[in-house]
Amino acid sequence: MKSRAILIDTKDNVATAFQDLTKGETVTVSLAGTEATVVLTQDILFGHKFALSAIGLHEPVVKYGEAIGLATASIQAGQHVHVHNMESQKGRGDK
Amino acid sequence: MDFRGYRRKTGKVGIRNHVLVFPTVVCSAEVARMISEKVPGTVYAIHGGGCGHVGEEKEKVVRTMVGICSHGNVASVLLVANGCEVVQPELITAELDKLGQPYDVVSVQEDGGTPGCIEKGTKIAAKMVKEAAKAKRESIPLSELILGCECGGSDAFSGLTANPALGIAADRLIAEGGTAIFSETTEMLGCEHVLARRAVDEKVAKDIYDIIAEAEARAMRGGVDIRGAQPSPGNIKGGLSSIEEKSLGCIRKGGNTTIMQVVKYAEHPERKGLIIMDATAADVMNDTALLAAGCHVIVFTTGRGTPVGSPIAPIIKVSTNSVLYGKMKPNIDVNAGSIVDGEGTLESVGQEIFDKVVACANGEQSRAEALGHREFDIHFDMLV
Repeated sequence: MKSRAILIDTKDNVATAFQDLTKGETVTVSLAGTEATVVLTQDILFGHKFALSAIGLHEPVVKYGEAIGLATASIQAGQHVHVHNMESQKGRGDK
Repeated sequence: MDFRGYRRKTGKVGIRNHVLVFPTVVCSAEVARMISEKVPGTVYAIHGGGCGHVGEEKEKVVRTMVGICSHGNVASVLLVANGCEVVQPELITAELDKLGQPYDVVSVQEDGGTPGCIEKGTKIAAKMVKEAAKAKRESIPLSELILGCECGGSDAFSGLTANPALGIAADRLIAEGGTAIFSETTEMLGCEHVLARRAVDEKVAKDIYDIIAEAEARAMRGGVDIRGAQPSPGNIKGGLSSIEEKSLGCIRKGGNTTIMQVVKYAEHPERKGLIIMDATAADVMNDTALLAAGCHVIVFTTGRGTPVGSPIAPIIKVSTNSVLYGKMKPNIDVNAGSIVDGEGTLESVGQEIFDKVVACANGEQSRAEALGHREFDIHFDMLV
């Protein structure tokens, strides 16, 4: 069965969709004995990220085991994580 | 864990036993090729360098040539000079003497032009092949193996499948005491703070900041702002939220261990573990830099597909997606698209890559080797 999403590092608090996913879907990702299951609260397009656990305001969004930015809003598990609710610590190129 | 390789008089180890015919300058490149084609058992590496270099660029070209000619995969080397080039053969042979690498030199200008040079060169190369055949593989710990990690022709899957899987293989080799090198400095832009945090000491952290700042400054001097719109609107549409995320997708191919040293283009690391090389992202010239720095084998992840190989080392191709694998199967050694298909996981593909590295170290040919790919080129800026 095709994999729907991927967890890249066990320290990550987001996973990335391998295909377009729909609100309400239950998605499980696992890596090296770590497993996380969330119910998506929004549609998630291929290549986009969703939260595996709650991420508080100004807390790091972790992918590749590293902070890829800080949350600019409080994020719930299953929610889309992108430029609308997180921001690079190096500034954004498009604004 | 051990592999079966060659121990050289230079103190280096090798996983191939090549006799290399190497032109010191582009002008004698065809003569080198003609010699090699007449002598079975030799390889040639032709390039566009050897003349017109000054200052640091000259040092870089000489360092690269010395690194290739004294590589552990090279049993002996026949240098083919033209005669009047900037990179005089003595610049290379002085270093080969210090290292104890067997070599000989022929010259187009001194040995009777093209036919005389070919005649003399083929005799010498044939003797070298006989001598090289005496070398025997022996048990060598993986801690002496150096892996090059490269990505090229990337796609949206590169940072999700093949690069993290290669990173797992690199981590695995480093856990065995071995070494992995990744480069492509422009792809590290924006995550210097992340890389610096992984540096073994303050000097290495500073080196990381310095090479990334210099890559940016170089681009600015060329009139290009390479950080301005990162991630680009297209990247954002594709799901990338920050420059850190974009860069991490590239550099994850080196794994997640402590960064032990930053080296220059084609410079040998003094430490084991994970090494950053400050080098170009242009694929073949990057391969050359990694090999000249001592990499025995390169794993190359690709989303769009590339056939390139090397005259002196196995290059292992990992496809990021199964569509590419379907289209270019004869060129691909490992398909990381199996992670998307649900047939593999990051760990299983990481293990598959690691196993392929060890198999190639033991003598198995990579697809690029078996298909006869021998691409080679040296990176330099022409100042005169």
